Amino acid sequence: MKGLKGRPELYTSYGQDMAFLNTRPKRAWSGGLLVLALVMPFMITDDLLQLLATGFVAAIGAIGLNIVTGYAGQVSLGHAFFLAIGAYTAAALSGPETGRVIGFGITSLPIWLLAAGLVAALFGVLVAPVAVRLRGLYLAIVTLGLVFLGEHVFREWTSLTGGPGVGRPAAVPELFGVRLDQDNAVFTAAQQLYLLMFVLLVIFAVLARNLVRSRVGRAFAAVRDRDLAASVIGVDLTRYKVLAFAVSSFYAGVAGALLFVVNGFFDPGSFNLLLSVQYIAMVLIGGAGTISGAIMGALFITLLPRITRELPTVLPFISGDATGVFTVFQLEAVLYGVLIIVFLIVEPRGLFGIWVRVRNYWRTWPFSY
Amino acid sequence: MDEFLQSLIRGLGTGSIYSLLALGFVIIYKSTQVISFAQPAFMLAGAVLVSYLSPAVSFLGAVVVAAVVIAVLALGVERTVLRPMVGKPVFVVAIITIGVDVVVRVVTNAFIGLDVRQVGDPWGLSTVSFLGAEVQERYLVMIATTAVVTALLFVFFRYSRIGLAMRAVAYDQEVALAQGVSVGSVFALSWALAGGLAALAGVFVATGAGVDQQLWIVALKALPAIIIGGLESLGGAVVGGLTVGVVESLFGTYQNDFAPWLGPNFGLVAPYALMLLVLLVRPYGLFGKKEVERL
Repeated sequence: MKGLKGRPELYTSYGQDMAFLNTRPKRAWSGGLLVLALVMPFMITDDLLQLLATGFVAAIGAIGLNIVTGYAGQVSLGHAFFLAIGAYTAAALSGPETGRVIGFGITSLPIWLLAAGLVAALFGVLVAPVAVRLRGLYLAIVTLGLVFLGEHVFREWTSLTGGPGVGRPAAVPELFGVRLDQDNAVFTAAQQLYLLMFVLLVIFAVLARNLVRSRVGRAFAAVRDRDLAASVIGVDLTRYKVLAFAVSSFYAGVAGALLFVVNGFFDPGSFNLLLSVQYIAMVLIGGAGTISGAIMGALFITLLPRITRELPTVLPFISGDATGVFTVFQLEAVLYGVLIIVFLIVEPRGLFGIWVRVRNYWRTWPFSY
Repeated sequence: MDEFLQSLIRGLGTGSIYSLLALGFVIIYKSTQVISFAQPAFMLAGAVLVSYLSPAVSFLGAVVVAAVVIAVLALGVERTVLRPMVGKPVFVVAIITIGVDVVVRVVTNAFIGLDVRQVGDPWGLSTVSFLGAEVQERYLVMIATTAVVTALLFVFFRYSRIGLAMRAVAYDQEVALAQGVSVGSVFALSWALAGGLAALAGVFVATGAGVDQQLWIVALKALPAIIIGGLESLGGAVVGGLTVGVVESLFGTYQNDFAPWLGPNFGLVAPYALMLLVLLVRPYGLFGKKEVERL
């Protein structure tokens, strides 16, 4: 290894090439971002922290969708359904036993978080056999049907969900006897939730990254690129499609369980087709088939409403309230559509692709062209 | 019996709306192998356009103008947004159409506002006696119009030169190109046809109750219809659409008596459940072709 000093990008083995942080700049960037994220709670206001915490949770969900859609190539419009399963499992487990809605009073965070993930994964495995038989757009429409059926069930099952327009409290985040959603002597609630979500995001992102650079991840990519060819070279299609759905649903369940913890309350109407489309947008705008892309996309989509809210001060023809000709709410909705179209046409690799281009420009600077 | 007949006619009426939409989906799918999720937006835009035009140029005139305008709009979308994506994975193109749907729908919603707009149709909710049952006139009109439109489409595909070109493209794009068929114009034309059909469907949905911002949800019912019928079958689209309409309507009428545990309004999601059932038995729908694959 001695002779390789000063040649950091010379790899002498496959393991080195596929290592977790395989280049020096990657290590530097990751370390820097980690430090930045950890000092953030002491720099910015609580409402921004809450927004970022929601963004981190969305990122966990987006990583899940990216595993099944970006890596394994199985288009799923049913992510909202799995998010809902996770959200209701967690809320029901941790809710008070004597409330208006079903509750079991198990408030310990690791328990309900794992349970939410596992129940969602179970539903993923149940759906997968249909997915194994179907391809491409047939699958997209079936998963879309799942969202509608789920919406119906959650709307009617009022003893679990509280019913449309009423809703129920979200899961209670209690870790080692400390309620994380209440201020205490050291931290405010927003700071605690931010740190909790950030730590969970790092854990799940590292797990996902390790999964996709393993044998399983390569099998997923083979199924995505050409499933028939993959099965010819010995990839068990059924097994890997079921696995992709299970892992993806697990992530969705975890994200769903946490998604409403910051707000504290949710309603069965939240889990509609729009939510699925938002997650698809996160994956595509961030960059399909990359973990860091999914995180970037999730943060971008979560922060987008906040950014558009600020626009009326800069562009006076946009009305800040709901009465004008062209309001921020319309702008926000249009932006989803426009961003999806523009990214897919101009930069199919998403934000991750832009980052790669910027990186390559500076890597060869001043001789870049 | 009267209740059954009423329910059946209502189902066939709404089913013919789904058939029109499903025909649009299938026409686009056959020529471009893409499911266009932009159909709901075109449907909504068509209905809104008619609601603005009908006081000026009568209801019938408004419908014709709206169908043509939406067809041109759809053609424009195909030219500007979809054309650069030819050859890209179908999934990516399908997602782009979701983007188109969102944009068109938000713009259209600005023209609807918070009120319900009336399309000014001559039928309203008035009923007529049909085989001894009181049924709404508009359902009979929908069934008749859809029958005529479907017949015209079949004649068009069967006997016209352009229809032949479209069938050739659906069969094999490269071979069609080699025979001198302009594949690009076929793509554009199929989007225009689908847009026009969606506009017509939108007007029918809006008869009676009017147009509001939630109207687009109806168009998604055409998705189970095309899956049930099979993605590449025009006949399947019609059969699928009618099936979905009738199932929805019969569930709406009778489900409270025989299966109350499914919850009220299960009829609205019954098509999706039916779709799952059909797919478990026939993964390519009732009339779809099984894909032959090779490496």
